[in-house]
Amino acid sequence: MDFILSKEHEMLRSLYQEFAEKEIKPIARDIDEEEEFPQATTKLMGQTGFLGTYIPKEYGGQGCDPLAYALCVEELSKVCATHGVIVSAHTSLCCDPILNYGTEEQKQKYLIPLAKGEKLGAFGLTEPNAGTDAQGQQTKAVLDGDEYILNGTKIFITNGKEADIYIIFAVTDIVADARGRTKKMISAFIVEKGTPGFSFGTKEKKMGIRASATYELIFTDCRIPKENLLGREGKGFGIAMATLDGGRIGIAAQALGIAAGALEATITYVKERKQFGKAIATFQNTQFMLADMATKVEAARLLVYKAAAAKKNQKMYSLEAAMAKLYASEVAMEVTTKAVQLHGGYGFIREYEVERMMRDAKITEIYEGTSEVQKMVIAANII
Amino acid sequence: MKIIVCIKQVPDTKGGVKFNPDGTLDRSAMLAIMNPDDKAGLEAALRLKDEHGGKVTVMTMGPPKAEAVLRESLAMGADEAVLITDPLLGGADTWATSQTLAGAIRNMDYDLIITGRQAIDGDTAQVGPQLSEHLNIPVISYAEEIKVDGEEIIIKRQYDDRYHIIKAKLPCLLTALSELGKPRYMTPGGIFDAFKADIEVWNRSKLIDVADSDLGLKGSPTQIAKASDKVRKGGGEKVNLDSAAAIDYIVEKLVEKNFA
Repeated sequence: MDFILSKEHEMLRSLYQEFAEKEIKPIARDIDEEEEFPQATTKLMGQTGFLGTYIPKEYGGQGCDPLAYALCVEELSKVCATHGVIVSAHTSLCCDPILNYGTEEQKQKYLIPLAKGEKLGAFGLTEPNAGTDAQGQQTKAVLDGDEYILNGTKIFITNGKEADIYIIFAVTDIVADARGRTKKMISAFIVEKGTPGFSFGTKEKKMGIRASATYELIFTDCRIPKENLLGREGKGFGIAMATLDGGRIGIAAQALGIAAGALEATITYVKERKQFGKAIATFQNTQFMLADMATKVEAARLLVYKAAAAKKNQKMYSLEAAMAKLYASEVAMEVTTKAVQLHGGYGFIREYEVERMMRDAKITEIYEGTSEVQKMVIAANII
Repeated sequence: MKIIVCIKQVPDTKGGVKFNPDGTLDRSAMLAIMNPDDKAGLEAALRLKDEHGGKVTVMTMGPPKAEAVLRESLAMGADEAVLITDPLLGGADTWATSQTLAGAIRNMDYDLIITGRQAIDGDTAQVGPQLSEHLNIPVISYAEEIKVDGEEIIIKRQYDDRYHIIKAKLPCLLTALSELGKPRYMTPGGIFDAFKADIEVWNRSKLIDVADSDLGLKGSPTQIAKASDKVRKGGGEKVNLDSAAAIDYIVEKLVEKNFA
């Protein structure tokens, strides 16, 4: 067992780094400040193949592996976590379920343009009363002839309004078991932007990843062709949970990137910043803090890469993905907080990127399953 | 269209130039990259392929590790790659290099050869034009725009104070400027494929119509005695005078320094 990246993955990392430095770094601060979705760089990421890294070539993707994808999200997030989540939500939450559960026709129609980056994807599961408790879904889909009629509201949807293709979950049936307990049967649907009855509500104003478009989706008698049912009717909950396993690798990679970016920025800063006549890097307190930060970033990296390898090699990887996401997101929060502390007053000022990184880190402990949900998943897998 | 692009792996001078104690470049201490003008030439070749179809072959002479820039070229979209490597070829100056490349290219069929204008390590701008002489084909240097029309190529050549619009019959050689266009990024899938691809490795025996006496250090009429970092120019002297006084001041300085 060695821990050395292959030459391919090393070259991929250098590609992602070059792209992030040249294309994203110059705009990262402004798009955060203006809460402006980065359409031009998203298009360029698509043209460069970043929106279909591990999707097979026959479906418009790059034919790489999940590690190639994790490296992409990591390197983008080092510079701008918004770009990281755009790629992650698109790939893990929209391309992935179509690849795994879609019919050949659905793959031809939707996956190919998504993986080529010609279209952007999103995923709508969360509702006002269904967050961690995904069973609390209220959005309904009723079959009427050759169409399902969708009614309900989704909230906090990443890539909302900007995306062309949405994976939407809705209750299609309520069944009772032998003891009379009812259970909602949830189904997944592919919904195109522009479908009559599908509109966008509030755009959320957020603490971090402010350039990411987070929207409310509203479905009012929205008629979806029957052939846009993704997977079998009533199997949507399983699809959502399996999809989130993959999504967690993306968010773990995003968290890792944020932490690694903050660590890099801080190492540069402490060598330049002088107090009491010498660089603060010479103080043991600084050194010990940085040593802890670097060690945790490296541990997070190993968990993230291991989870990516598990997705490639194993049928089930919920445990690895949950551990990577739990740990990497908590490391991101801790490391960015320490990065701000080491920057002192300057770290609290928007001129310095660690201020943005600390705000961006928080969401990684929340979305695609809170840290508490990750612990539930881990516990369920080990007990 | 069959295009050959000659590229070179060079030390990245962005992070500063490092020297060995004997005054030669310490290549191991610097990152190795594809020479920027060559990359622009590759981009131009790939755009011609996008427009007219065909095949792009990249070629480099260098040590085995120069393979990295060939893989990078494949990941950008080149179709084939040739590495010319042989201990006998080490220490080559521009003459021996162009002889080597010519000897290799005599194995190949082509419509167009593109080289970068010059490499950031040697800065000679000689290899491209020399190569065209050896192959007896026309050369158009400093290409800023390229158009191919049937059997003809039309080049906008950058000159000091003007442009030349030059038309030539194919096959020919052109040397590329970075103004030709921003090189495309590699793609993730391109990188994976590049590492699966076979790179042709040629040694001395593959070179056609070249004498040993024209190769490597032995075949190099020029040798670098010593290289050193550029001494930065000072900020100069600023004076604030009206035009008449300024002219007098400048004339006085020129006389003082024996320029007038």
